[in-house]
Amino acid sequence: MSRTTYGKYGKYGGQFSPEVLMPALAELEEGYEKYKDEPEFLKELNYYLKDFAGRETPLYFAKRLSKKYGTRIYLKREDLVHGGAHKLNNTIGQAILAKYMGKTRLVAETGAGQHGTATAMVGANLGLETVVYMGAKDVERQRMNVYRMELMGTVVNPVESGSKTLKDAINEAMRDWVTNVVNTHYLIGSVVGPHPYPMIVRDFQSVIGREVKEQIMEKEGRYPDSIVACTGGGSNAMGIFYPFVEEKDVKLFAVEAGGSGLKTTEKAALHSASLCTGEEGILHGAHTRVLQDKYGQILESSSISAGLDYAGVGPELAYLAEICRLTPCNVSDDEALAAFHELCRMEGIIPALESSHALAYIKKAAESGELGELVVINLSGRGDKDLETVIKLNKEVHR
Amino acid sequence: MNIPEKFEELRSRGEGALIAYLCAGDPTPGATAGFVQALVRGGADIVELGLPFSDPVADGPTIEAASGRALSAGMNPDVYLEIVASINVDVPLVCMTYYNLIFKRGIEKFVHDCVQSGISGIIVPDLPVEESEELSTSCRKYGVDLIFLIAPTTTEERIERILRHGSGFVYLVSRLGVTGTRSDVSQSTTELLSRVKTKIPKAVGFGISNGNQAAEIIEGGADGVIVGSAFVDIIASGKDVTAKLETLARELKDGVLSVIA
Repeated sequence: MSRTTYGKYGKYGGQFSPEVLMPALAELEEGYEKYKDEPEFLKELNYYLKDFAGRETPLYFAKRLSKKYGTRIYLKREDLVHGGAHKLNNTIGQAILAKYMGKTRLVAETGAGQHGTATAMVGANLGLETVVYMGAKDVERQRMNVYRMELMGTVVNPVESGSKTLKDAINEAMRDWVTNVVNTHYLIGSVVGPHPYPMIVRDFQSVIGREVKEQIMEKEGRYPDSIVACTGGGSNAMGIFYPFVEEKDVKLFAVEAGGSGLKTTEKAALHSASLCTGEEGILHGAHTRVLQDKYGQILESSSISAGLDYAGVGPELAYLAEICRLTPCNVSDDEALAAFHELCRMEGIIPALESSHALAYIKKAAESGELGELVVINLSGRGDKDLETVIKLNKEVHR
Repeated sequence: MNIPEKFEELRSRGEGALIAYLCAGDPTPGATAGFVQALVRGGADIVELGLPFSDPVADGPTIEAASGRALSAGMNPDVYLEIVASINVDVPLVCMTYYNLIFKRGIEKFVHDCVQSGISGIIVPDLPVEESEELSTSCRKYGVDLIFLIAPTTTEERIERILRHGSGFVYLVSRLGVTGTRSDVSQSTTELLSRVKTKIPKAVGFGISNGNQAAEIIEGGADGVIVGSAFVDIIASGKDVTAKLETLARELKDGVLSVIA
């Protein structure tokens, strides 16, 4: 097949990858093109999405929150997906694809541990050997997820290099793939990396947006004025945005982690806002927006939420921001934490700290009214995994 | 002397090339020039100087750690170019780095600055031929060789494309995986050497650490061997570094010389 585009989104995207992997990327692209519309593949995918993952997920009208902010707010309940986050939509798709392509082993990186857990689930279910790389710092702050992965037979390798977070886990997973490329599928967890990954992950996550389209029509008879999603690498954001990209009246808001302020020191950013503050660069195989120093060294990022703590962002999001189809914005750690507590108390739902960033933007945008009268928030995950973090922070506050 | 001239000289003597790699600035920027001189005294024909990047995905733990040491000691592209300019040896120097550092400086400016400081070739392990047009254009403009890698997994179609775009030498990756020393020379090396048919010199790297392996590679039809992690290990050990670098370079060059190329 012809491979002339190499997955460019405007100037973003591409395949900046070691030569060893280029044939594997081509094989993956060919495999995906071959199977993605095949009835047998789709039947298996849909079976797993429904009976294993528990789709479709509800589009829930948040009555008290709506009343408080004077706008109709719906939550897309990805927190109810098996495993507690949207991550499983993608891992199911890629793992079935890997199986069709004859791969027997999965490697994955994980930040918060949600993607690692979702990979462990499909790995166990499909009988594929599964190895997950996780920054040592994240292993510490997400111990329950490490335990969950291990329960399902996955080997979790803590990564001690660099900043010991997601970007280092990606480096290590890529190294594993380079070494074991013959029998191994690298199951990347976000819309990042070299082509075809940003496309494949987006497509598998787009089930979120497709469901929202139908559900909101049924409930409100129209599309929302705006959709809000938190953005680290950006898979839940691309998943809910993508089916709406052509619906030009629907505003899209990508909420990044503002951390403890949009500042950088010599080696580290105090935030993870690569769309808001990053510059063009090449990271993990793609041309995108990156947190980097003046020489192009990648900065350590920072966020209260491990899942958003990443120095890059999906290339298609960089493109959509560039053409002004989406609005990049950010909220601080404190604002996210306040939104976390607000949802717990007002709706009886414990959100993930990642998703709390999206929730926090409602408050931030309330004054300007820029979100309009009908808003959909992607509640990308549940917060059980974050309880330890939240308890610790509350203690610090009350000390 | 540039890279083609060096290979021409070696070919006329029937010699294979020893290409030695160091991470510039490891453990300090001040140490690098002396290390390079030791390698050349030992017999290195070309020296690859790594410009360290924060996220070296194509490298193994040895070179990643070296990059970390260099960056902590204050390495950056400006310092790198100063170091290169200060090195007084009569062998071609090759810059090996990741694409973001080139992109961020400005592709043409990067190549221009390299040439000014005395670099003859550039290797970018995360830049496949498909994405290389802009860098390739600048390299041609300034007469710098752009050296590409070929892996055991590279298809025939890609080998042809890479050979059309590369110059100086082609860097054959002897096995799957990242950089680092290994005790065996894999069979895939021999296969790969026979698959790559070109007039451009072929150098084999990844995993070579002693004279016997170097000899085997030349025996198998390579025009040169590339050794990196074994030298970096010596630097990491911190003991008698200069003397040991020279000794290992000599052992490797003797291995290369034991076979008539």
